[in-house]
Amino acid sequence: MKQLLTGSAIALALTASGAFAEDISACLVTKTDTNPFFVKMKEGASAQAEALGIKLNTYAGKLDGDVETQIAAVESCIAGGAKGILITPSDSRALAPVVTQAREAGVLVIALDTPFEPTDTADATFATDNFLAGELIGQWAAAKMGDTSKAKIALLDLNPSEVSVDYLRDNGFLQGFGVDIKDPKDIGDEDDPRIVGNDVTNGNEEGGRTAMENLLQKDSGVNVVYTINEPAAAGAYEALKSMGLESQALIVSVDGGCPGVQNVKDGVIGATSMQFPLLMASKGIEAIKAYADTGEKPMNSEGLDFFNTGVELVTDQPVEGIPSITSEEALGKCWG
Amino acid sequence: MSDTTPAKKGQDFEHVLDKSDRSVASFETSQRNIIERLQSALHGNPTLVPVIVLAAAVAVFGLVAGGKFFSAFNLTLIMQQVSIIGILAAAQSLIILTAGIDLSVAAIMVLMAVIAGNLAVYNGVPAPIALIVAFVGGTVAGLINGFLVTKIKLPPFISTLGTWSIFFALNLWLSGAQSIRSQDIDANAPLLKFFGQTIEMGGARITYGSILMVLVFAVLWYMLNKTAWGRHVYAVGDDKEAAELAGIRTDRTLLSVYALSGFVCAIAAWASIGRVGSISPQAFYEGNLQSITAVVIGGISLFGGRGSILGALFGALIVGVFQSGLRLAGVDVLWQVFAIGWLIIIAVAIDQWIRKASA
Repeated sequence: MKQLLTGSAIALALTASGAFAEDISACLVTKTDTNPFFVKMKEGASAQAEALGIKLNTYAGKLDGDVETQIAAVESCIAGGAKGILITPSDSRALAPVVTQAREAGVLVIALDTPFEPTDTADATFATDNFLAGELIGQWAAAKMGDTSKAKIALLDLNPSEVSVDYLRDNGFLQGFGVDIKDPKDIGDEDDPRIVGNDVTNGNEEGGRTAMENLLQKDSGVNVVYTINEPAAAGAYEALKSMGLESQALIVSVDGGCPGVQNVKDGVIGATSMQFPLLMASKGIEAIKAYADTGEKPMNSEGLDFFNTGVELVTDQPVEGIPSITSEEALGKCWG
Repeated sequence: MSDTTPAKKGQDFEHVLDKSDRSVASFETSQRNIIERLQSALHGNPTLVPVIVLAAAVAVFGLVAGGKFFSAFNLTLIMQQVSIIGILAAAQSLIILTAGIDLSVAAIMVLMAVIAGNLAVYNGVPAPIALIVAFVGGTVAGLINGFLVTKIKLPPFISTLGTWSIFFALNLWLSGAQSIRSQDIDANAPLLKFFGQTIEMGGARITYGSILMVLVFAVLWYMLNKTAWGRHVYAVGDDKEAAELAGIRTDRTLLSVYALSGFVCAIAAWASIGRVGSISPQAFYEGNLQSITAVVIGGISLFGGRGSILGALFGALIVGVFQSGLRLAGVDVLWQVFAIGWLIIIAVAIDQWIRKASA
């Protein structure tokens, strides 16, 4: 079945576009073509590439976690003589060998959104500070609750692979909320009694709903719900609503997609951390152009091992001491 | 050749016959040991295995996970959680009974949900018409698979592997990879969420979707067992050439099976909108494999022509019971996946063993 998946995935994914017109070519390899986040990223990269006269080939895995297709895509980029590769790795570790191979071939590799492990596997990382994104919603939830001793926390994560974006957001949220997170790279190793449990959602509504039902099953008193992204949050809300519990729980999330921001406006999601995929992609293309022209590689943000493309808290119920923007303002900046 | 025992009565060379069995020729019926009898009983009633496994699983998890597992709330939640995969498994069963396989069931379902949602929520088409379009679309999608199998003579595996990708790509194109929000569906086309409504009795929460799943199985069971069409489906699955020689129009039967399967996928599409709340182009990506899992665990033979469609219902419930039980027992997600893997292997191994039964 695995082979079967891969076979068809490659068939679908390797629909790279265009001919070799310009001198500089670059590749964009995203996790999927299905997530609006990556669709936006592709838009940002394509627009910037056109502006700078770079030939851009885009590839995507068929679903989140589709490592094989991404490896094949990177190999095609090396073979195609790309000057630089922008990639959102589906697996922070599994893609390291092929990325190393690309760098040895003189290709500039920039991780977008999801850092590699170790981070210096790639030449640079342009990403949201996912830990900070989690921390902001954690702090917001704690401030909103006031007395957090009676909190009952449900954690809706991405998938069993525990990729970096998954543990960074999860642990960031817990730290912000005031929970001892133990190993910051491990999900679910906390022993705080306020945590009801973790479950996985695959980042979509169906998974979010099922995971929320499962955790409510463990404890129907859940009153704080962390979600890996906004579709999962929408699913969690449906589960709560179906049991008449939607008013007891604060739902927080990360992403800043337009439907998610709309859900903040409608009161489904309490607060979400917005990230900026378009900026990641356009900065990435600029960096490839600079590298092609001068051989210069991009620098990290100060104090971080990546270039921070920023994050903003979106909520209509602002709290003291945590800067945030309203959903109305956010609708003008959201992606997807 | 030669008897080494010395002869006792002169030249009576037939004395060895005294040692032979004197009973009249008969069928072995009462002589078989208990295992053989079990094998034969299972051969006659292929649904028996999943029923036993389901009962045993419920009992074991009831003991391990305690009262939380056995609550009416949890048991109805399991029904709710398996309802979509259950309906897909019904569609899958139809195909597998003809010795085929359908990798595109979930893709058809998601595509039809997206079509209905796009029409009703974004384009102002009345919800009933949007649903009719989805039902027609599902049937046509099934017919495409059937056409590839019967007219172009492609193996079902290949046909549906191809259409899986095609339907998935169309789904992404139509939806722009964006979910349709629950609130927008409520505002514009609440009918799409019809099957998300629940009937509450005590702690039990039975959704219309769960009832729909049972109804789909009941109707298909009747069609397969009580109509000529149903017997033709089994005959084609068991031995297509023999069925053809017996006067069954096999291609026409196959086409009807694929069309019906596509129609059932469209039913699943409607139910899935109620279940999920929103319409997500990314949900149920592995629905095809999960439906095959339910069918196989339900004791329907992948070689066609054997097994009851009700088995698929039990198969889906077994998966749901295992996941719920393991979860409540605090077992990590990956071990749930592990357990389901073993279930598949054991189920098919049992099927192979039963097939060797003498009668």
